[in-house]
Amino acid sequence: MADISSNFLGIKSPNPFWLASAPPTDKKINVLRAFEAGWGGVVWKTLGSQVKNVSSRYSAVDYGGKKVMGFNNIELISDRPLEINLSEIEECIKLFPDRAMIVSLMADNDKKSWHELIKKVEDTGAHGFELNFGCPHGMTERGMGAAVGQDPEIAKMVVEWVMEAATIPVITKLTPNVHSVVPTGRACVEAGTNALSLINTIQSVTGIDLDTLVPNPFVAGKSVFGGYCGPAVKPIALKMLTTISQDPVTSKVPISGIGGVSTWKDAVEFMLLGASNVQVCTAVMKHGFRIVEDMCEGLNNWMDEKGYKTLNDFIGKSVEKITHWEDLDINYHIVANINQDKCIHCGLCYIACEDTSHQSIHLEYGKPYNTYSIKEEECVGCNLCKLVCPVDNCITMVEQRKGDEYLNWKEYQSLGLPLNDH
Amino acid sequence: MLLNIKQSELIIMIKNNRLTKEQYEENFRDIHPPFETHDAALVEANRCLFCYDAPCTKSCPTSINIPKFIKQISTENIKGSAHTIFQSNIMGAGCSKVCPVEKLCEGSCVFNLMNETPIHIAKLQRYATEKAITQKWQLFERKKPIGKKVAIVGAGPAGLSCAHVLSREGIDVTIYEKESKSGGLMTYGIAAYKVTPQFCEDEVNYITSIGGIEIKYDHELGRNILLADLQKNYDAVYLAIGVGLARQLEIPGEDTEGVFDAIRFIYELRNNDFSSVVVGDKVAVIGLGMTAIDAATQAKRLGAKEVTIIYRRTEAEKPCTDVELDIAKLDGCNIIWLAAPKEIKSVNGKVNQLICSKMKLGEPDASGRRSPVETDETFLLEVDMIIKAAGQTPFEKLVNDISIKNSKGKIEINNCVTNIKGVFAGGDCVNGGKEVVDAVQAGKDGASSILSYLGIKN
Repeated sequence: MADISSNFLGIKSPNPFWLASAPPTDKKINVLRAFEAGWGGVVWKTLGSQVKNVSSRYSAVDYGGKKVMGFNNIELISDRPLEINLSEIEECIKLFPDRAMIVSLMADNDKKSWHELIKKVEDTGAHGFELNFGCPHGMTERGMGAAVGQDPEIAKMVVEWVMEAATIPVITKLTPNVHSVVPTGRACVEAGTNALSLINTIQSVTGIDLDTLVPNPFVAGKSVFGGYCGPAVKPIALKMLTTISQDPVTSKVPISGIGGVSTWKDAVEFMLLGASNVQVCTAVMKHGFRIVEDMCEGLNNWMDEKGYKTLNDFIGKSVEKITHWEDLDINYHIVANINQDKCIHCGLCYIACEDTSHQSIHLEYGKPYNTYSIKEEECVGCNLCKLVCPVDNCITMVEQRKGDEYLNWKEYQSLGLPLNDH
Repeated sequence: MLLNIKQSELIIMIKNNRLTKEQYEENFRDIHPPFETHDAALVEANRCLFCYDAPCTKSCPTSINIPKFIKQISTENIKGSAHTIFQSNIMGAGCSKVCPVEKLCEGSCVFNLMNETPIHIAKLQRYATEKAITQKWQLFERKKPIGKKVAIVGAGPAGLSCAHVLSREGIDVTIYEKESKSGGLMTYGIAAYKVTPQFCEDEVNYITSIGGIEIKYDHELGRNILLADLQKNYDAVYLAIGVGLARQLEIPGEDTEGVFDAIRFIYELRNNDFSSVVVGDKVAVIGLGMTAIDAATQAKRLGAKEVTIIYRRTEAEKPCTDVELDIAKLDGCNIIWLAAPKEIKSVNGKVNQLICSKMKLGEPDASGRRSPVETDETFLLEVDMIIKAAGQTPFEKLVNDISIKNSKGKIEINNCVTNIKGVFAGGDCVNGGKEVVDAVQAGKDGASSILSYLGIKN
């Protein structure tokens, strides 16, 4: 049995699955239920300025009959009195001493406010802070949240204030609503943050009610941009995570991965790209805390199968596998192959290739079933047919190298080899 | 020999009113219930793979673009979905209830090749089309009248389908129907647990609501209308007269009281209150086509104690589908394979025994199926009612009387044209009796041919 326990900046948890700062972590009753269900830690919903929320607050994007492929919210930071939050945090730590308790902070934009808030929260016995520099709505208008995270100078200044006062580890959470997360990430690391976490939610409009013409979520006939999250944002989060993992400055600190993590597989992917642990929110908002059971079991089984004893055995393993386009091997060539025994004759590969790719699939008419085969000489190995095929392993990509040696774009160009040849 | 019938057993066993009102209702309830909710339809619609050059479409005689109409349900474009269906098959609603989909669209769904349940195409088709009919969506616009008139004989699926296409093109259509209702076999010849009289009426009203289609009831070709008059008064004539009664068994005793014709039996059932329709205690049904199944199951559902289907070949050669056979079996009907009726015996002029020959399989016949060959052995069934459902006979005399070229009563056509210029034909009267969906396609083909004849582009 693999060891899935996690140590993040000295903060220990029985597994690498934390609940992200959000409604599931805003009060004792939820957090205790989460710990009972088995979550390794929580990031308590952001404490800070006084706020007032609106109704409604959430909206979602459904896809192909599945609910909540993407999710957005316009809820603000905790709207409960600070004192109640603090006493509940303390109680939760006492009841579950083996779990990680991180508290998310977003103070008013002055040093004094940050210092006062840090002091109060440290008194609860919390194990660490997460600085909310990412919230994309409501707080930005007041110079907080993403307004801080979008400007490296301001972010640096606030992190410096925090580091002056904090005696427990500090994680800085980055906003994705920037052209690159690296400048802010670097500024925060240079200012002394102990770790980074990303991504926060992405500004979004999830859809429009075609009767009222009002976008979602609906608030008395109006809407605002909401923070997008859930499975839909995972690929974007993974890309941003990679840039942080590959940067010489930001890669020096541990990273907590966030953005659409719903299953143990998602978690492994974040960890392979450099996250030491992951935070989850949308998936539990859809299914409840019980999903952590399979996350732990699935991770454990995968590690056993692959022979990994601890999380550190595989964290970051895929980071070096993402390279620059010009370093890719041009001699690597694959062509599609359709397994006729498995083919169900749906024609999806054919129409995708014929209409939108390289016209590399031959259709032989049959009634009612056509037969489809690959024109190997036309196939560029794009994967499209394989991706749209509904049958597992029916279409496979077979390697047919153009040359034995590794050949990248720069070498290819210098050799004067033919271009635009397809 | 075996005729020592006691006097007490001679009580007439063919009678009506065998069940309570509730039992009739239960027995004739819709056998394929619709989706209860929009969500349920969505779940099923989203399961569809949206195949290209889809096998389901190719297996539909009317070539409905099935992936498209299902996709349209999933995008909540129900009007578009209904339009896609009706564009190819104006009786798409009825077909969704009566088509043997297991051997047509659903039978070729690619999910079958994955050993998965095929998409419930019929149920989805019903979902979209019933909405259109209930909400009275007029999805087609009739072109301005162009001053051409076409007469159609028979308001069954072929006639109605032909009429709708012609009306869309601005032609004024008059349909002559011998019955007092439209729909043909849909209204008169299909099991009541598949379609209700109300549905058939609504479907016909929906089809004719496009305008330009007048139906004259109680008009029968050869009785109170003449082909010559139609030829004189219209620019073209389309014959969609269907087929007649069940094929004769040609065995002794066939005229005995208690021997029924399946078409007649179902006609009675579809036209009257269930409680007024008579049925025997012990019923034998001859044949194993869809009509035989409809007759057997409904005899049972009317309260017959024992229903036995007699079929001269084996299960491998059966004309009905597995699904239909299962309905009969679940209804408790017995099936005797390799048996052919030989003689009907009676007591006091009423059926009381059916003597059957045991058969064996011989060489394949014209249909490719192994043919039944009579053996020396016979057996005897005690019955009080016999329903003949071994195929239907075309109106041979009628078509001969009007000098239409035919083959044993089946009208011969070339591109829907008969031997008489301006007279077209299609549907069961040409093919000898197929599915409703085949007749709908025949009507479309007929209309297309008529339009060409009239010099109208379509």
